[in-house]
Amino acid sequence: MIASAQIKPDFNVAPSIENQWCPGCGNFPILQTIKNVLQKKDIAPQNVTLVSGVGQAAKLPQYIKCNFFNGLHGRALPVAAGIKIANADQTVIVSSGDGDIYGEGSNHLIHAIRRNPNITVIVHNNMIYGLTKGQASPTTSKKTIAPIQPYGVVSDPINPVALAISLDAPFVARAYAGNPSQMESILAQAITHKGFSLIDVFQPCVVFNNINTYQWFHDHTYTIDDDFDVADRVEAFRHAIQEDRFPLGVLYKHDRRSTYEEVAGTYVKDKKPLYLRKTSCAIRTALMLAQK
Amino acid sequence: MTHHIKEDFSIVIAGRAGQGIQSVAYLLTHVLKLQGYHVFANSEYMSRVRGGMNSTTIRVSSTKHDALRSSIDLFVPLDAGAYMHCKNRLTKNTLYLGLPNDRFCQGCVMEVDFAKIAQLVGNRLFENIVAVGAILGLMETDEIIAKEYLRKFFVKKGSDIIKKNQDALAKGYKMGTHFAFSQDISISLTSDDSIKEHLFLSGIDAIGFGALAGGCDFCAAYPMSPSTGLLTFFAQHGHECGVIAEQATDEIEAVNMALGASYAGARSIVTTAGGGFDLMCESVSLAGMTETPITFHVGQRPGPATGLPTRTAQEDLNLVLYAGHGEFMRVIFAPGSPCDAYNITAHALKIADEYQIPTFVLSDQYFVDALYTVDKNDFIMKDDAKKIIETDRQYKRYALTENGISPRGVPGFGDGLVCVIGDEHDEEGRITEDMHGLRTKMMEKRLFKRRELLETVALLPEIIGKKSAKTIVICWGSTHLAVCEAVENLANPDVSVMLFTQLFPFHKKVRKMFVKAQQIIVVENNAVGQFADLLEKECDITVDTRILKWNGEPFFVEELTERIMKAL
Repeated sequence: MIASAQIKPDFNVAPSIENQWCPGCGNFPILQTIKNVLQKKDIAPQNVTLVSGVGQAAKLPQYIKCNFFNGLHGRALPVAAGIKIANADQTVIVSSGDGDIYGEGSNHLIHAIRRNPNITVIVHNNMIYGLTKGQASPTTSKKTIAPIQPYGVVSDPINPVALAISLDAPFVARAYAGNPSQMESILAQAITHKGFSLIDVFQPCVVFNNINTYQWFHDHTYTIDDDFDVADRVEAFRHAIQEDRFPLGVLYKHDRRSTYEEVAGTYVKDKKPLYLRKTSCAIRTALMLAQK
Repeated sequence: MTHHIKEDFSIVIAGRAGQGIQSVAYLLTHVLKLQGYHVFANSEYMSRVRGGMNSTTIRVSSTKHDALRSSIDLFVPLDAGAYMHCKNRLTKNTLYLGLPNDRFCQGCVMEVDFAKIAQLVGNRLFENIVAVGAILGLMETDEIIAKEYLRKFFVKKGSDIIKKNQDALAKGYKMGTHFAFSQDISISLTSDDSIKEHLFLSGIDAIGFGALAGGCDFCAAYPMSPSTGLLTFFAQHGHECGVIAEQATDEIEAVNMALGASYAGARSIVTTAGGGFDLMCESVSLAGMTETPITFHVGQRPGPATGLPTRTAQEDLNLVLYAGHGEFMRVIFAPGSPCDAYNITAHALKIADEYQIPTFVLSDQYFVDALYTVDKNDFIMKDDAKKIIETDRQYKRYALTENGISPRGVPGFGDGLVCVIGDEHDEEGRITEDMHGLRTKMMEKRLFKRRELLETVALLPEIIGKKSAKTIVICWGSTHLAVCEAVENLANPDVSVMLFTQLFPFHKKVRKMFVKAQQIIVVENNAVGQFADLLEKECDITVDTRILKWNGEPFFVEELTERIMKAL
């Protein structure tokens, strides 16, 4: 028994499960990082639920051994909030792409930050639509030529980290798939941090994005100094709006907000997850009989 | 001229929004119920906060009559515009209480200025209480019961407010009894003490308590008339009963939160109207594919688009029947009475849980907003445990079983992993494109095997009258009680009513129930006869007559009686 207690949880899936990503894809280091962090934190796979939408990034839960809900395009965040409120004991991680979270589901991003469930959201930001073959995404830079944008992208890209800071998200960071050790350190903090955590991960698409390559990301990012007050919203915002070279690291981190689970009233009287609770017939009957 | 009204009395109060019709109706209905009468009330109102013209019908009777009569016995206008608004419902026998209007008043007029009398008590605001008093006085009901009810109602406001309200009531009451005497009006209703102990519920309350009886512990929704009442119900009673009530940012968020909660082990319901449900359609499909239990309450109102937001219709049967891309099973229910609403909502949640499918409760504005006195013995709460298993290491969420149902695990309960996905999948929830093997098996599981199971447990329609009647009048949902009363009025033993509370799928026995019928009539609150079409397709029958109404109003008993009679 003592020996088995020391075995770290294993998040690897059976070798028979074929990975559908392209060789060299920036998704691989993200997958490995999630596995490493969960293993190091010694969280049992049964107590982790990964939630995703649709797209190449959204296939990530397929390649990791834990619970998952792989639902509709753009709708991962409300599903994750629903899971967390019904069972606050689960470690809930959303892992999906830029099209999913910043495009189709951008409304949910705004309101999930407002609601503030204690979940971690990892966005694979490759600045392109991969699975639908190379169209512009909400983070593609202006003037980029793509199959449906032959004269160049006309809309400005979204700045997700600035958006999250403007909404006072408790944890906002940016990582880069080409720097796995930094990404691991950020994710380790995010999972433990109370409240909604957003990690925007720069992730090269080696097939459809020949602009934002590994080299490009290397040249256009910098790691922010850790000598600034990470709980200072104005300072965080100043970093977040840097777009000639993008900052990497934890941009904003504070514990000033209550989580959705804390304030929704679900766990005031009873700490148990919903599936373990017995509904009280007596209370429900008394309430009904009072309706005269 | 004398006016002797027996056993059944229909009062209509009409005026501008904000004039307090709702509070008059509230006090009046509750006091009348405490007098031991059956009370049914229905409001029609405009989609605006102030002004316009609204009315409430209160039907008081010795035996239960929970349907709307067009003809008004007592008309109480709180505003001059009320006459025009209700002109089609005034008859030569209508009694008028309030300020008269020579253009409309044909019969007995009891002229009274409620506001003026209210001012004698000290404030025009008491005008509604004066009106309540006058109606109760005219009906010669027990004044002490009414005063006692007012005392309890205003107990938190202090003794001065209680006294002024009681004074206002007494002044109105005196005037009412005076009219009864001077105009020789007698309204004789038989009271029944047991009704005092009855519950007094709106349609939406009945659905809410049904959801509680069905073990519901999660409700997410975006406000939309006429469905919002269910979310309000849970918001008010949720903490007490252990139900999470979440006002989502939109319908898409609501339904996906509900699916997430259900996946994690909650028993979820969402409530919306047709337009809001449009936004949820993709998630109906996701529920079908992932086999996640969920119940939709859809309160219908006339469309298309915004349509008539505060009016009634049965236009969304086809919407819920065909919602969501792809082919999968669902079950659709529609309650025809408060008792049905209670039992059926509980049943819908249970069926969703047991068969891991989306289920639907279709109601409408007319039903959810109406108030009913109901026997509490018809409403029994039972505990219903969720069909959830503790998983082991070998657990497969989509395990292929004999009957097609895979035992449902939830994350964190047991050693297994619960993997669900919207892509076609294998038993473990991993993506597959194996079209000749797994795709076929999974479709069989979700669609064919599930259909077979659901047909066996489908609720049979209820027949009111002779089973072998020549003519069957079919109805579903809120038209039920009006149809029953209309057919009762015909007093023809060859006409029976058939009420469907489950609209899809049908039990295999249903086809056989029409064998002896020579004429089939279907009554629906829509323009094309959506249920009639479904019956023809599923049961291989021909519907002879479709009695339809789609102007936004519910059916009145008189018009139904006439239209059914014409069709015979």
